[in-house]
This record gives sequence, structure tokens and C-alpha cells, in this order.
Amino acid sequence: MNAIPMEQGLLLSVILFVLGLIGVLVRRNLIMILMSLEVMLNATGLAFIVAGSRWGQADGQIMFLLILTLAAAEVGVGLGLALQIFHRFHTLDADSVNEMQG
Amino acid sequence: MLGLLGWVPLIPLLGFLVLVLSGERLSKSLIALIGAGSVGISALLVSLIGIVYLNGNMQPYHLALGSWIEIDNLSVPFGLYLDALSLTMLFVVAEVGFLIHVYSTGFMESDPGYARFFAYMNLFVSAMLVLVLADNLVLLYLGWEGVGLGSYLLIGFWYEDPKNGYAARKAFVMTRIGDTAMALGMFFLFTHLHTLDIQSLMLRATSQWAQGTMLPIIAAMLLLGGALGKSAQLPLQTWLPDAMAGPTPVSALIHAATMVTAGVYLIARTHELFILAPPVQLAIAIIGALTLLIAGCSALAQTDIKRILAYSTISQIGYMFLALGVGAWSSAIFHLLTHAFFKALLFLATGAVIFCFHHEHDIFKMGGLRKAMPVAFWSFMIGSAALSALPFTSGFYSKHEILLATFDVSPVLWAAGCLGALITGIYSFRLVFVVFFGVQPKAVEKEISLSMSIPLLLLGALALFGGLLQIPLDSVFPTLINKSSDHTANLVSAITIAAPLIGLTIAVFFYLTGTLSAQRLANNALAKPIRLFFLSGWGMDAVYEFLLIKPFNAIANLNKNDAVDSVYIGIAWFSRGLHQMMSTSQTGRIRWYASSMVLGTVVIIAIGLLS
Repeated sequence: MNAIPMEQGLLLSVILFVLGLIGVLVRRNLIMILMSLEVMLNATGLAFIVAGSRWGQADGQIMFLLILTLAAAEVGVGLGLALQIFHRFHTLDADSVNEMQG
Repeated sequence: MLGLLGWVPLIPLLGFLVLVLSGERLSKSLIALIGAGSVGISALLVSLIGIVYLNGNMQPYHLALGSWIEIDNLSVPFGLYLDALSLTMLFVVAEVGFLIHVYSTGFMESDPGYARFFAYMNLFVSAMLVLVLADNLVLLYLGWEGVGLGSYLLIGFWYEDPKNGYAARKAFVMTRIGDTAMALGMFFLFTHLHTLDIQSLMLRATSQWAQGTMLPIIAAMLLLGGALGKSAQLPLQTWLPDAMAGPTPVSALIHAATMVTAGVYLIARTHELFILAPPVQLAIAIIGALTLLIAGCSALAQTDIKRILAYSTISQIGYMFLALGVGAWSSAIFHLLTHAFFKALLFLATGAVIFCFHHEHDIFKMGGLRKAMPVAFWSFMIGSAALSALPFTSGFYSKHEILLATFDVSPVLWAAGCLGALITGIYSFRLVFVVFFGVQPKAVEKEISLSMSIPLLLLGALALFGGLLQIPLDSVFPTLINKSSDHTANLVSAITIAAPLIGLTIAVFFYLTGTLSAQRLANNALAKPIRLFFLSGWGMDAVYEFLLIKPFNAIANLNKNDAVDSVYIGIAWFSRGLHQMMSTSQTGRIRWYASSMVLGTVVIIAIGLLS
């Protein structure tokens, strides 16, 4: 069962997290930003799974279920916001929606 | 009868309230009736009270009207005090004031501020009556400031011209310098003697303080400061010539007959204190002598008819101070009385001349008014004769008394007084000869009305025969002890009588016959700067400008941006800078926020790992 060492699993999770982060920072489309956020959340989830399997505990999987729920709720709110923004500004460009500035 | 004393200052105050509340809505005749009538009733009351008092036992009469301030051991009642001194002052204020009010009903007839004028005049008379009747220093101070306010309002009566407002402020501020000293004097007396009632104050001062010690000297000097400011004596005299910006009846009432003599009254009222301080008394005499000479010389060079009279007022009050300084208390008050008559007469006659002669103030643009204005001419003749103390006029008796008393103390001061009398003779008859003799340049505009000529005639009679009044001041003041021997006294009186006559003769040669030309003297290279020096009132204004006004303005300019505030301005500037810096980071871009969060997290983790 212990075919995959923890280091590799965590490395994959870090790579996924950084990819997601780069996506959030670089992409301007709101939908793409939300998708990148999903990638980051799942990378975190992967880290929990890996850690859980390393110590043979169920806690990691419980945490992953929690993250899935959170991600579902987040996507619901995020997509709702994206819809509203498109409705008002007729664009999904995150940079052009910068009216709340100092 | 004496119980009616309380109404004397109250009725003009009521007149003031009615006039100030109704404004110009009342008809002119009603305004005149209220304005002059209220003072008239006061004058009538004063006459009745005077008759009752003089026929009674002449004991000081005390009337308590109620309490004003009552804190711990400080008690200030509304108490009135009547003795021969305050009765004399009452007589001057109410009777002369009434005549001037009657005159004003004619003089101010065409002025749009008719009700305002009478309201201020009534306020002034009321405050002046409080001043002379007060039995304690605080109530006296109330009247003292009240007359200052009245003077300020009336000098600036024609407020459309900024010059008049400036003159009013100047008078107010300069007298305030003296008043501050006087207030300090009051505090000083209260801390040391624990009362402010004048009579008990004097009693305690005489019993507790030795003559010539430090305490009475300080107290007397502080009170003297107040008197100097109010009475326009050296070095606070420069406001009075400028105060002539007000209407002429105001100059007659406030700046000749009553308010400016308040300083003399104050010193006479508290004379026991001044007796305890011989150096201060000497200072009063010297200030009086210097002032009468300086003001007399200044009057010689003036061309504005009212400024001549203003300087002559300063000079005459100088005589009163001289008398106070040498301890001739009743002579000072006597001169105050006669001066009120003849100077009010002169001012009112001046008002008539200005009123009828195109509002001209320059005496050299007048001339030959003898025939056109006989009433004014004879008023001026009587007034000038009394002013220069020609024999058998009222001014003669009082000034003669003063000079003789001065000789007993100091022949030098007496010589200064005689020189002053000579100068007085020159400038008063210069005025008469230039204005009323010679060629008349243009016709007279209008005639003076009856309401203006009757006060002139009455005041003329008073100025002529006022010297025969016997005022019973001996009950108030100690009598003079040392009298010089007879044969020197004869010589001294001869010189004293001769001095104004010599002055008159000089004036005749210069301005009437033209034997000596004033013009040639004025253009003389040597005399010209002296004339200009006298014209500017010995350059006192320039000195104050240089010593006080310029440095004050310079400091004010330096501190225009408030040095004290700079710390707080700095704090505000710093936090505003921080705010601007922070607010530029709020771009509203979601990706910018995300990157700064990432950066912050990385930094925190790095710190966590490295430490």
C-alpha cells in the first residue's frame, strides 16, 4: 500500500499549489481565477491525504471532505459574484473592476 | 428729598433704554424730548437735592440701593455717597450736561442717527453720574468704564468714515492702559485694607499706613495711572486731540466738561491716600506742569479750531493736576467747575460756528464772523477771557487760587504755570482774532436756532459769574496751612494776573493789528521746525508709533503663521502623508491584493524559518 513516498506526494501538492497560485496572479478572467483557486484548494487537500496516509489516520480524509465542502460553497458564491459582475460591467476582466480604490 | 438721589443716574439710563429700543421709529421731537428731558429731570433733581443738602447740616449722605456683589468678605453694594465734592460734580454733570443736550437737539437736527445720538449721550450721562456718586471703588469703576464706552461710541458716532473709527479705538485703547493700572490699584487696596468702600478705605489707610512708606506710594501710583489715562495727561494725552472726530456737543460734554475731569475727581476723592504718598503728589504736580506747557505750545500751532480747544483742555486739566499735586484740592475742583462752564461754552460756540459756516474747521479759512454771528462771538469772547483767566471772569478766580497755592510749594512750578497762563492768553485770543475779526471770506450758511443760542447764553453767564459760586468744599478737604508772607504774595499775584494779559497783548500784535506778522515768523527757518513740532503735539504720536506700534506690528507679522501651532501642523502633515502613502496601495485590483497577500505570507514564513 505504501507505494508512493510522502515526499513525492507533498512535492506534487506543492507544484499544484504554486501552479494554482500563479494562475490566480496571472490570469485576468474571473472564471480562470476561480478555477485556479480550485486547483490551490485541491493541492491543499492532496497534502492532507498524503499526510493522513503516511500516519495511517483518518483525519486527513476528514479534512479533505471539509475542504471539498468549502470549495463547493466557495464556487457557489464565487460564480454568483462572477455573474453579477458580468451583469453590471459586461466583462469578466478582474482588472477593469477596480472602482474601490483609495 | 435726598432719598431721590437714586433716581438721578437712573432716569438718563431709562432714557437710554427707551431710545435704544425704539431706535429711529419715534418722531424727532419725541426723541429730543426723551433725550434732553431725561437729563433735564436729573438736573432738576440735582438742583433740589443741592438746595436741601446745602440748607441742611452738610453731613455726608449715604444711600444704599441694594447689593451688587456679595462673596465671602468682599461686599460691593449699589451705594451712593453725597458730600460737597460729589455734589459739585453732580452739578457739573447734570446741569452742564442738560444745557449741552438742549443744544444738541438743534445741532444734530438733520442727522439720520438722531435717536442713536441721544441714546449714547444718555448712557454717558448715566454712567458719569454713577461715577461721581459711587461710594465704593467698584461702582466707581463701573461708571468709569461706562463713560469710556460712551466716549468710544460717540467719538465714532459718524462711523462711515474709517478715520473716526480709528480715533474712537485710539481713545478707548489709550484710556484702557490707565484703567488697567487703576484696576490693579483697586486689587492692591483690597488685598491690603480688605474693603473697597472709599470712606472706610481712606480711614483705614490713614490709620494703618505711615506717610511716605512703600504701600501707599504703590497704591497711589496705580490709581494715578487711571487718572492720567482718563484725563489725558502726560504720557497718555495723545488720544484727546483725535477724539475731536466726534460731533461737537460730544466734545463739549465728554472731552471738555465731564469725562476728562474724572481723573481729577478720582484723585480728589481719594486725596487722603495721596497725602500719604508725597512722592506721588510731587509727580502729579510735575506731570500737571509739563502737560500744561506741552499742550499749550501745541495749541499755539494748531489750525483746526477743535484741536486748539482739545489741546487747551489738556492744558487746563494740567492746571488741575498741578493744583492736586500741591495739595490745593478745593482749588482743583473749583477750576474743574469753572473749566466745565467756559470750555463747554467754547465748544458749543465752536459748534455753532462750524454748523453755520460750511462745516469748516480751519480757522484761517474763517474770519470776520463778529457781525454775522454775534451770539457765537460774545460766547467766544467770554469763554476765551475765562480760559485765559482775565480778571473777574470765572477762570480768573480758580486759576489764581491754583497758582498762588503752587507758589507756596514750589516757585519753579509756579513759573511754569504762569508761562502756561501767558501761552493760554496767546492761543485763545489768536483763535478769537482769526475767526471773528478781519475779512469774512464767504457768507454764513444758516442761522443758529433758539435751542442752540439759549444754552450758549446760560453757559456764558456761568462762565462769567461762575467764579462767584461758593462751593463748601472745606468739609471734604483739609485746608492749606502754609501761607507766604504778604509782600511776596502781592508781587506773585501781580505777576499771576499780568501773565494772561501779556499773552493777550502778544495775540493783539500778531493777529489783530498785524504789527508783527505770524506768517513771517512761521516761515522763518528757525521757527518753522518748531511750529511743525508743536503742530504734531510734540511728536508724541510719532514716538508711540516708533516705540509701540511698529514693534508690535513687526512681531505680529513674524508670528503670522502661529509658531505655537507648528507642532500640531507638523503632526497633521505627517499623518496626512502616511495616509496618502497607504491609500495609493488600495488600487481596487483583486490580483494586486492577492499578490501582496502572497508576498506577506512568504515574508512571514521566511521570518519563521530563519529565526
